[in-house]
Amino acid sequence: MSNVLVFIEQRDGKIRKASFEALTLGREVAAKTGGALGAVVAGSGIAGLAPELAAYGAAKVFVADKPELALYSCEGYTAALDAAVTAFAPAVVLVPATSMGKDVAPRLAARRKVGLLSDVMSLEVEGGRLVATRLVYSGKARATVTADPGASLQIATPRPNVFPASKGAAGAGEVVALDFAVTIRAKVVKMDVAETGEIDVAEADKIVSGGRGIKGPENWPVLKALCHELGAALGASRAAVDAGWIDHSHQVGQTGKVVSPTLYIACGISGAIQHMAGMGSSKVIVAINKDAEAPIFKVATYGIVGDMFQIVPALTEAVKKSKA
Amino acid sequence: MNHVVCIAYVPDTETKIKIGADGRSIDEADVKWIVSPYDEYALEEAIKAREAKGGTVTVVTYGPARADVGLRECLARGADEAVRIASDGLGEADSLGVAQALAGAIRALPCDVLWLGNKGVGTDAQTMVPMLAELLDLPHANLVTKLEWTDGGVVAYREIEGAREVVEMPLPCVVGAQKGLNEPRYSSLKGIMAAKKKTIAVKKPADVGVDPAATTGEKAAVRWTKLELPPARQAVKLIPADDPGKAADELVRLLRDEAKVL
Ligand SMILES: Cc1cc2nc3c(=O)[nH]c(=O)nc-3n(C[C@H](O)[C@H](O)[C@H](O)COP(=O)(O)OP(=O)(O)OC[C@H]3O[C@@H](n4cnc5c(N)ncnc54)[C@H](O)[C@@H]3O)c2cc1C
Ligand SMILES: Cc1cc2nc3c(=O)[nH]c(=O)nc-3n(C[C@H](O)[C@H](O)[C@H](O)COP(=O)(O)OP(=O)(O)OC[C@H]3O[C@@H](n4cnc5c(N)ncnc54)[C@H](O)[C@@H]3O)c2cc1C
Repeated sequence: MSNVLVFIEQRDGKIRKASFEALTLGREVAAKTGGALGAVVAGSGIAGLAPELAAYGAAKVFVADKPELALYSCEGYTAALDAAVTAFAPAVVLVPATSMGKDVAPRLAARRKVGLLSDVMSLEVEGGRLVATRLVYSGKARATVTADPGASLQIATPRPNVFPASKGAAGAGEVVALDFAVTIRAKVVKMDVAETGEIDVAEADKIVSGGRGIKGPENWPVLKALCHELGAALGASRAAVDAGWIDHSHQVGQTGKVVSPTLYIACGISGAIQHMAGMGSSKVIVAINKDAEAPIFKVATYGIVGDMFQIVPALTEAVKKSKA
Repeated sequence: MNHVVCIAYVPDTETKIKIGADGRSIDEADVKWIVSPYDEYALEEAIKAREAKGGTVTVVTYGPARADVGLRECLARGADEAVRIASDGLGEADSLGVAQALAGAIRALPCDVLWLGNKGVGTDAQTMVPMLAELLDLPHANLVTKLEWTDGGVVAYREIEGAREVVEMPLPCVVGAQKGLNEPRYSSLKGIMAAKKKTIAVKKPADVGVDPAATTGEKAAVRWTKLELPPARQAVKLIPADDPGKAADELVRLLRDEAKVL
């Protein structure tokens, strides 16, 4: 085992946080395998990103810079990753488990006929193979999964917000331009970006979520004020989404987004198993619910049994005060 | 226009999970099985397209005999044909192994659009859509919440972090369904009666060109070596709420000084 290659996701020339987490993890894996750390990034006009990646320890930065890669396409970005695999001959490839990463990594795995450890919460190297854990069955069980050590390549997608990102001994950051042919059949023709200033729950470090207890869309400002003070994203239960009170992109859970923030505040959410499937791996969970028997208190770190319309505004004030 | 829909037959999300005696699989004794919820969106969209444009809808699964119940449910909702690649008696397959078997079966079927759920509920790997697209050399879009038909192709709206991508692709192609795509119908009594009369084509892995000895059990590219209950969370620390202001101050103090997340 030796070289480790990390797929870097950028949007509008800005590297996404989950990529720094994967790169930091890659550096740790490379220290164990004794190989070099490489990064690969695709896009248009992105050659300037290399120094940022070197600061995290990348010895080589493979750059796929083409006008037709300006917007993401699975075929285009997989071709870039595949070309970097050919050039760098890594033993391990890490791709952040974002919507982009979970699109690109399986295509690469199928192209190379190797396995993929998907959406992992921990990752070790044991006897030349990757060993990881992942949550299954709505978080009701944890599976230990391993890659075939005999495979030409082992691929894993680390879950965002689970592994810390930190700069390390700077790598050389030698830029290697990738040259490859690409045919894109599934073309992203447009990207509709959500309301400006909104943080997506899947990327947020803190989330304040509301459920049926919010009673109606007119009450979101109560939670949004707390979001604003905390710099948190606004989440929702399916009950709130299905009632038409908020867009599905906010939904957390089995049929929504899976999130792992450091802080998750559930307001007026009962804590159904399908909701917990989406937020059970949050580091600290706060439950605010008027029903002491609500299952959410079984997973919560801190709980307040009471009326959210009294507690949440008080909490907003308390956070504001603590910052003053 | 012809459609193939991949169906995963999975434990109901409400099912209590018990770890099997081997410590690496679930105890299947009391498990209730369902068609994976996202696959219902996929099936519904395929049936809607057939109703509008004609053609056939074939459902395909890789699984043991119990999955026939799920296939019959799909026939009752309106699928025309059903194929099961029998995994009975074989070791576990990983996503790549399942994808290779499914690809083998799909190559032999008329298929303009291949439909899947964006992820199989329970195992949640979310890898099958791109893997199958790659093995079949087709374009794909996953996490699709809205679909429009164009002349010879589709426009798929794909949900990503903080944005929505609009993806145009020609047929044949692969679509991974996300919640929001449609409201799946229930099966009618007439559909249930008609489904009873249909036969499910059961194939061996060898019939679809895969050698299970090379792709399952010890030879799977990914192995589950252990399955355990997740570590229990510490009991909740309840903060008295008689005075909301005081409760809020105390919570902020705990989040800052004890949990260190503020
Ligand atoms: C296949 C499947 C997939 C699903 N996927 C998801 C998913 O992705 N995400 C998801 O969330 N759910 C999902 N569900 C639905 C899930 O089972 C629950 O129905 C849903 O999570 C309930 O939402 P809720 O907690 O907001 O509502 P409820 O269960 O109705 O709970 C509302 C809570 O608010 C409390 N409350 C009311 N008023 C106040 C107040 N003034 N102050 C404080 N507390 C108050 C109540 O005590 C109660 O506990 C799924 C279900 C199925 C079958
Ligand atoms: C007891 C047990 C042991 C297991 N052991 C292993 C193991 O050792 N190694 C390992 O890697 N995995 C193992 N698995 C996981 C199993 O192989 C997964 O079901 C497989 O990897 C597909 O994953 P997924 O459903 O999560 O795929 P996803 O990519 O999440 O599914 C997306 C879509 O693909 C389609 N699809 C998925 N599965 C099928 C299917 N069988 N037939 C038809 N369509 C399908 C559906 O449309 C589904 O919505 C085990 C599972 C169980 C229950």
